[in-house]
Amino acid sequence: MSISRQEVEKVALLARLTLSDDEAQLMTRQLNDIVSYVDELSQVDTDGVEPMAHAIEVHNVLRPDEVRDSLPRQSALANAPKHSGAGYLVPAVLGD
Amino acid sequence: MTLVEQSAADLLKQLAAGELTSRELTQAYLDQIEQHDARVGAFLRVNAEAALKQADTIDRRRGAGEQIGVLGGLPVAVKDLLCQTGEPTTCASRMLEDFRPPYDSTVVAKLKAADAVLLGRTNMDEFAMGGSTENSAFQPTRNPWDLERSPGGSSGGAAACVAAGMAPLSIGTDTGGSIRQPSAFCGVVGMKPTYGRVSRYGLVAFASSLDQAGPISGTVADTALLLQAIAGHDPRDSTSLNAPTPDYTADVDKPLEGLRLGVVKEHFGEGLDPEVDSAVRAAIAAYEAQGAKIVELSLPHSRFAVATYYVIAPCEASSNLARYDGAHYGRRTEERAMLASLQAERKAAQEAGDADALDNIDTALVRMYRQSRSEAIGPEVKRRIMLGAYALSAGYYDAYYLKALKVRRLIRQDFDQAFEKVDMIVGPTTAGPANKLGEFADDPLGMYLLDLYTVSANLAGLPAMSLPCGATKSGMPIGLQLHAPPLEESRLLRAARMFEQSGVWKSKRCAL
Repeated sequence: MSISRQEVEKVALLARLTLSDDEAQLMTRQLNDIVSYVDELSQVDTDGVEPMAHAIEVHNVLRPDEVRDSLPRQSALANAPKHSGAGYLVPAVLGD
Repeated sequence: MTLVEQSAADLLKQLAAGELTSRELTQAYLDQIEQHDARVGAFLRVNAEAALKQADTIDRRRGAGEQIGVLGGLPVAVKDLLCQTGEPTTCASRMLEDFRPPYDSTVVAKLKAADAVLLGRTNMDEFAMGGSTENSAFQPTRNPWDLERSPGGSSGGAAACVAAGMAPLSIGTDTGGSIRQPSAFCGVVGMKPTYGRVSRYGLVAFASSLDQAGPISGTVADTALLLQAIAGHDPRDSTSLNAPTPDYTADVDKPLEGLRLGVVKEHFGEGLDPEVDSAVRAAIAAYEAQGAKIVELSLPHSRFAVATYYVIAPCEASSNLARYDGAHYGRRTEERAMLASLQAERKAAQEAGDADALDNIDTALVRMYRQSRSEAIGPEVKRRIMLGAYALSAGYYDAYYLKALKVRRLIRQDFDQAFEKVDMIVGPTTAGPANKLGEFADDPLGMYLLDLYTVSANLAGLPAMSLPCGATKSGMPIGLQLHAPPLEESRLLRAARMFEQSGVWKSKRCAL
């Protein structure tokens, strides 16, 4: 299966990345090489095989419904690139 | 023998007997780092003042007769993706350059509780993606045995610092071989425990179903010691196994009677370096000489392991790394310039009357995400995010992600069937010795194929380890890999110790 430059640009948007022209060209070639290699999986007969998303049986792990201390707001905001002291600041979402 | 050439177990005895202080020992390692790390580049940061302060506290407590933890004042280096309160935890990425975690990962908390002295943070491939430690945003690490060669990756700094006598013990993480491959390339011992044996709480995630932290050291007994300190159930990690932790250090010297050792025919095929082949076969003969029964077997789906891994790991990475958006933490693009360029694009599209172009221009928030990520994330990480986003996108999910999950089960079933016939599987860790730095700069697929022998253990969740078993004529280390069934780390350590004691190969530290 081959990946077009247009698909690479669409995936870049989905992945929230911006690629320069050179990067998009290189990425198209490299992703095609990797996907061609990965296509060998189509040779494997997997009829009736259950997918295995995890190496161990994972169940919901629930903790007792008790109030606990959470991270103080100041600590939670300490690494924010921009904050108001009460919340994270981001560029306008509506009406921009 | 100088202090930095001795095993952690020997140093621990001297500390316990009062023949050595933690400060003297810590200072010896700090001196070694000071003298050699400018050439090796194993550490991203060393906090000498904090380490010496910690060492003094442990010495004082020991002097006062207080109970001291199992690591009793031994220095330990930590890969820069395990959160440590207040210490920059960068994952070797510009994205997290200024990130200081507000909490300790469980591994770091356990090291502190075991009275380890935290020496510093080791270099790695950015977000643990890579096999050479050249993908670090800050510096490459060099192999102490040959500075023109790669130390392997992604835990290249963690393996190189032990090989160069800059730390007796270090913590790495292994998603597809990132502890074992650099351990093989640097001539040290490294173990990936069973998935869930060591808590992943506070470990910056790359591929959550594969990532596992583990010990790197100079000897098998030292690996047992460090594993003892970090293993165990953690209620804060929902994937942590609730199983008792055996006494690894007490058991390590007990040889395994009647050991049935599996040799996988697919591990000795085309592409295996003849010198590696010969060293591994000599190791197998050493086991046979000690009474082990060698059983030839096949893991028929192992040849699909790399392809399976390079679908699953990027899919999980694309999801995990979505959190780096420049909003909550990490680097954000310069906003004023970004907004100005966005307005200019809109104005140009409006003036040209191009409605399609106008529709396709990002909103300010999406542009901030895209630009922040693009500026701060390196090429290898972008490649894997793109690959994962592609494999998970509509129309390709079934053909790639779902297919890979099914092949993953077949790989695990191969191991389950093999472990009905054998107690352990033995083979090479890598197909060749350490490659030259830059050798795979334009060939990411070539780099991915280096993981041929290691990725299966992560896909199947098994414990596996690498230990030195020889060297090439040019002096580069060769690694022997052992795989065991889930939760059989103790068996793995005992088998590794049997080889160490066979005398076929004597590990040594690298003289810089």
